[in-house]
Amino acid sequence: MKSTFSILALITLALLSYGLYQAIIVAPREMTMGDAQRIFYYHVPSAWTAFLCFFANLVASIWYLASGDSKADAVALTTAEVGVVFCTVVLVTGPIWAKPIWGIWWTWDARLTSTLVLWLIYVSYLLLRRYSTAGQNPMLASVLAVFGAVDVAFVYMAIRWFRTQHPQPVIGGGQGSGIDPRMMHALLINWCGFLALAFLVIWLRYRLERLRQQVEEAHAMKAIAGAKGASR
Amino acid sequence: MKWVYAAYGAAWAIHIVYLVILTRGYQRLRDDIDDLNRS
Repeated sequence: MKSTFSILALITLALLSYGLYQAIIVAPREMTMGDAQRIFYYHVPSAWTAFLCFFANLVASIWYLASGDSKADAVALTTAEVGVVFCTVVLVTGPIWAKPIWGIWWTWDARLTSTLVLWLIYVSYLLLRRYSTAGQNPMLASVLAVFGAVDVAFVYMAIRWFRTQHPQPVIGGGQGSGIDPRMMHALLINWCGFLALAFLVIWLRYRLERLRQQVEEAHAMKAIAGAKGASR
Repeated sequence: MKWVYAAYGAAWAIHIVYLVILTRGYQRLRDDIDDLNRS
């Protein structure tokens, strides 16, 4: 298990380093935006990775609602947490790109606002998991996750449904969309790197969560044993 | 390029902070397991 993890960690490091080299050195300078456009190679892959994490969270939540399996619950929590980390990267790198290009850090257009709402939904999900003590806690969180997944679809479609200040899609955006092949290469390599990173972190976090569940179980068993001993 | 470096730096700072939080969580859990084993 440890050797698989080490190999995967090395592949991730190699992909991320190669992705950084592609983004900064190889990808051509964009004509209108200049070098600030290179932020796109971190911003977009992070968004796609966050969407995938939230989709995995939806699948695990439905699995948990159907089966009550604690493994599904651990997967749901883990993917939501890693999704929030990537969504935070999106919300931080976006304004850093917007300032030199638009002259403002933020605007309340449909894409930006729905992304912020998405982040808030999953932060609420994590807070509910962290601080609520009710027994129905994972069940309620699973229902919240279903609502979050609806917003993922809305975020994705926002630039197609509305006229937004956010740039129109350059990939899968229909006629007139598309980017230079070298830009596409840099984008896809970085996405592979971030996907590998997300997978590694989810793996670590999942093992941590399973361990936490076992410790919680052990505490409960100890408390029961203590109560039985006291009643004798 | 300063905006690019700022964005890339911020992205890595977020990932590193999260990994530090995970490591601390693991250490707390290990302490908890040690306490359980002792009692």
